[in-house]
Amino acid sequence: MRGVSKAYGNIKALDDVWVHIEDKEYVCIVGPSGCGKSTLIKCVAGIIQPTEGEILVDGHSVLNVPIEDRKIGYVFQDIALFPHLSVKQNLSYGLAVRNASANTVTTVTNEMLDLVKMRDRSKSYPRELSGGAQQKVAVGRAIESGSHLFLLDEPLGALDALVRAELRYELRRLASDLGLTVIHVTHDQEEALSIADRVVIMKGGRVVEVGKPAEIYHSPQSLFTENFVGETNLLEGTIMEIAVTSCKVKVGTHMMSVLGKGKKVGQKVVVAVRPEFITLGSAVPSEWECRIKEVSFLGGLTRYTLEDDGGLEILAHVPSGESSSLRIGERTNASFGDGEHMLLFDYPIEGLGKELALE
Amino acid sequence: MPTVSFMNVSKSFDGVSALDRVTFDVDDGEYLCVLGPTGSGKTTLLRLIAGLLKPSTGTISFDDEPVNEMISQNRNAAYVPQQYALFPHLTVLENVAFGPLARGRPESEALSMAMKSLELVRLAGRPTAFPKELSGGMQQRVALARGLASGARLLLLDEPLGALDARLRLDLRHKLRQIVKETGLTAIHVTHDRDEAMSVADRIMILRRGRIQDYGNPKRVYDRPAGIFVANLIGGAAFLEGVVEATGGDSSTVRLREGVIVKTPSHLLTTNEPVIIGVRKERTRLADYNAENIIEGDVRETRFLGNSREYVVRLDNGDTMYSRQFQEGKNERFRIGDKVTVGFDRSDVLIFAYPPQGLGRELEIV
Repeated sequence: MRGVSKAYGNIKALDDVWVHIEDKEYVCIVGPSGCGKSTLIKCVAGIIQPTEGEILVDGHSVLNVPIEDRKIGYVFQDIALFPHLSVKQNLSYGLAVRNASANTVTTVTNEMLDLVKMRDRSKSYPRELSGGAQQKVAVGRAIESGSHLFLLDEPLGALDALVRAELRYELRRLASDLGLTVIHVTHDQEEALSIADRVVIMKGGRVVEVGKPAEIYHSPQSLFTENFVGETNLLEGTIMEIAVTSCKVKVGTHMMSVLGKGKKVGQKVVVAVRPEFITLGSAVPSEWECRIKEVSFLGGLTRYTLEDDGGLEILAHVPSGESSSLRIGERTNASFGDGEHMLLFDYPIEGLGKELALE
Repeated sequence: MPTVSFMNVSKSFDGVSALDRVTFDVDDGEYLCVLGPTGSGKTTLLRLIAGLLKPSTGTISFDDEPVNEMISQNRNAAYVPQQYALFPHLTVLENVAFGPLARGRPESEALSMAMKSLELVRLAGRPTAFPKELSGGMQQRVALARGLASGARLLLLDEPLGALDARLRLDLRHKLRQIVKETGLTAIHVTHDRDEAMSVADRIMILRRGRIQDYGNPKRVYDRPAGIFVANLIGGAAFLEGVVEATGGDSSTVRLREGVIVKTPSHLLTTNEPVIIGVRKERTRLADYNAENIIEGDVRETRFLGNSREYVVRLDNGDTMYSRQFQEGKNERFRIGDKVTVGFDRSDVLIFAYPPQGLGRELEIV
């Protein structure tokens, strides 16, 4: 996608989007609702015509290629199987339309049934299947079309949380096994991080950044991404001292040493630390003395909301079992570690609220 | 005194059972989450409490008074359905203030309650907007604000955060609990999202096929789930088939496939009894040689989940186990193909009697 824009009157749904996707790559596009992610893949599919820019597939512009000739598999959230056809008939429908020989129809359809692990349900009708099973058939039908570029628009959005978490790995495995190139749009960051080769973060019609999942989560380029892909602590502060590769930052009444270059003394900054890198307890150095405001047991992790004497709130996720003695109202020390997990961002020009806004 | 109680309540539609002999209490000021797959009876349960459905059999009581015959309007309960219906011709503020006004509250009080509720759902900046100008997620929050402002002391929420983006949902669920607690309401919140239920509920009810599978505080349900279905729904685990090798004292042993022996807590077990053991992903440690159980295998898959990384390990006996590591940072400690050991303690093992209809059926999310 080269400089793709789409305007509706004065509103730019897409604003100068550049994304390059490699052959056989699995790319997830995430962003809050209204960020343009669905518009973007509809442009690739040919459902929406961009106002500006170019979309190339294998080096050839596709903007003038009609939808049906783009050879793209497209699966969206609202499953559209033929209700009066069985699973098997749904899967073979495309082949029949394309006048494939009876032999081919049988072979390919059976192959698809095996791929999506639905052979034992081949005679069922869509209404007899769970949402997850219906979505598998939809994916199988898209694969059967023989295309190598797949566009998935919230393909798991309508499913129960646990089913969704299982199915995403199946989807990923299928794409790897068949050597498909996939663009998968989702609002679920965890889904994106867990299956993508690269993640595209969008906001307000623009690409905020593109990166590998671990980079996006642990060392994002932007504050928006840091906040969007998982919970985090954002501490506003001021640079007090500068060394070669680190700075001293004043946050409330605390002085923190944070890795970071190119800052100026007196500059406003935001220090970001993910809650799982905060350690609690009396054995921890007494940098931050806090009172425990809220505790909630999440299973593997326990979530603590802490407040220091200056009223600053800190969120900590501690593996359950490591801190089980801490109770609401108690005082404890919180440590941010040796700075390895702290990120330093310039204070956003338009303010923190605007930078982080999810809509 | 329980605010809501169900005594043997069943509901069927045209002979098809939606809820089957359900008995439970909700305490005053409690935050209850009802968790279960699509079609498990969650919405039916809420609609029965709201008075929009009548039980086929059994008794529903509020404060120990039967309400089976009480009409919906008199129940002092605010029901926020999944398919929220806002008044299209009223502004956001008017929609939210509608309830208190209809109950005869003075206008100034109704408006201030409405504004406060809008602040809580982060829509205080849009009081004059009409529903059609808002996104689906915003409309859902207006519906939620309307429930909060209604003045009812029982809040019935059907997937109140379902239409929201994952990130916003994460922020708002903690907010939601905070509001309920601050205003002293009793809340019954239906969801299919296990993380959501765990993080907001005082107690969790697990429904499957119209029946209660488990009911207790999140920690108890997590630590000592009532069955395999509950254990699976409430947090990822590996479930392995085995046979009791020996019992006695405070420890037992279970023999897995290929003769792998696992030390387990003592339980009411009989030697040679077929069982299922469950070990949670976050309770296993890789390459930790101090664990009470150590099983060898190789890494088959790594899954980056943001705050953690999950390793899928194929044990040498052919079984699969998982290990979820928090605080690992950017780099994988192990790679696909690495030989590793999976370690866990005796107390981390859940034991279940072998299910009569097989393990597969227990693990189905229906």
